[in-house]
Amino acid sequence: MKQTDFVSLVMPFKDKVFRLAKRLLVSQEEAEDATQEILLKLWRNKEKIGEYKNVEAFSMTMTKNFCLDRLKSKQAQNLKIVHSNYTDNSSSLQKQVEAKDSMSWVSKIMEDLPEQQRMIVQLRDIEQYEFSEIAKMLEMNETAIRVNLSRARKTIREKLTNTHRYGIK
Amino acid sequence: MVLNNIETLIEKYNNAETTLKEEAQLRAYFESEDVAPHLEHYKPLFLYFSEAQNEQYTKDVPLKPKRTKLYQWISVAAVAVLMLGFMVPQLLGPSEEEIRQQQIAMETYNQTMEALSLISLGMNEGKAQMTNLALVSDNLNSGVSQVNRLSEFNKQTSRILKNK
Repeated sequence: MKQTDFVSLVMPFKDKVFRLAKRLLVSQEEAEDATQEILLKLWRNKEKIGEYKNVEAFSMTMTKNFCLDRLKSKQAQNLKIVHSNYTDNSSSLQKQVEAKDSMSWVSKIMEDLPEQQRMIVQLRDIEQYEFSEIAKMLEMNETAIRVNLSRARKTIREKLTNTHRYGIK
Repeated sequence: MVLNNIETLIEKYNNAETTLKEEAQLRAYFESEDVAPHLEHYKPLFLYFSEAQNEQYTKDVPLKPKRTKLYQWISVAAVAVLMLGFMVPQLLGPSEEEIRQQQIAMETYNQTMEALSLISLGMNEGKAQMTNLALVSDNLNSGVSQVNRLSEFNKQTSRILKNK
């Protein structure tokens, strides 16, 4: 397998790997390192890549395991929290600031979720995978995923409602 | 009607029972401008979801070809070749040239030994002759003592003759 083949194979999901890593590790730099590590691992095993039925799902599983390991290891003791700059295209400045504000709330709320729920929300609501795919990636059964997802969504809703109502967290 | 539909979808959404299609429907609704006031608080959530989809990984990954791995082994191979160079002649044993040289050395040794044994033979003979000589000298000594005794005898006889 040549470099170009590999790049075209990896291209479609490398952003998803990065986003999942960032969801778990929070820090931009950590997520970038993790993504690079995952892609290099894939590249090193490129001979075996043909054997995998679903490279994307396999990579997502790898990312999950790698990030959870990272979180457990001592190296990750001083994780930096880096906020992304969100842009949106609403016209009024007031609205823009508001939207920005509430979206950063959402991201904060998601940071507070347990890792597993964070992953599931990431894979379902942001990457829009089917439940069967998520089950494969996270090595869980679909029912457990639905339960966790429902729990996560309800937690988010509750916190959002509170924030919305009082304007404070 | 639409609102009703959205409300049931939200309910299903919170129970994680929506399909991807229904979720897309929800997302489209909340991205539009006219969201019902009592559902307003869901808006940032879905906006955030569509926003988060756009984040990209921009760093380059240094994909090195595997050739570097070969270079690592070259030193190992060199050492192995060197070791073999030392080991093989020892394992194969002495060459024909060496055997011939050994034979020549053996011959010379044998010849030297022969010559030396000849010399030692001659020396033994000489030693036997020397013992003969020693015997002669012994006899000579006893002869000399007898002569002494004779001369003593002569002295006595001459003294007797003088007294007479």
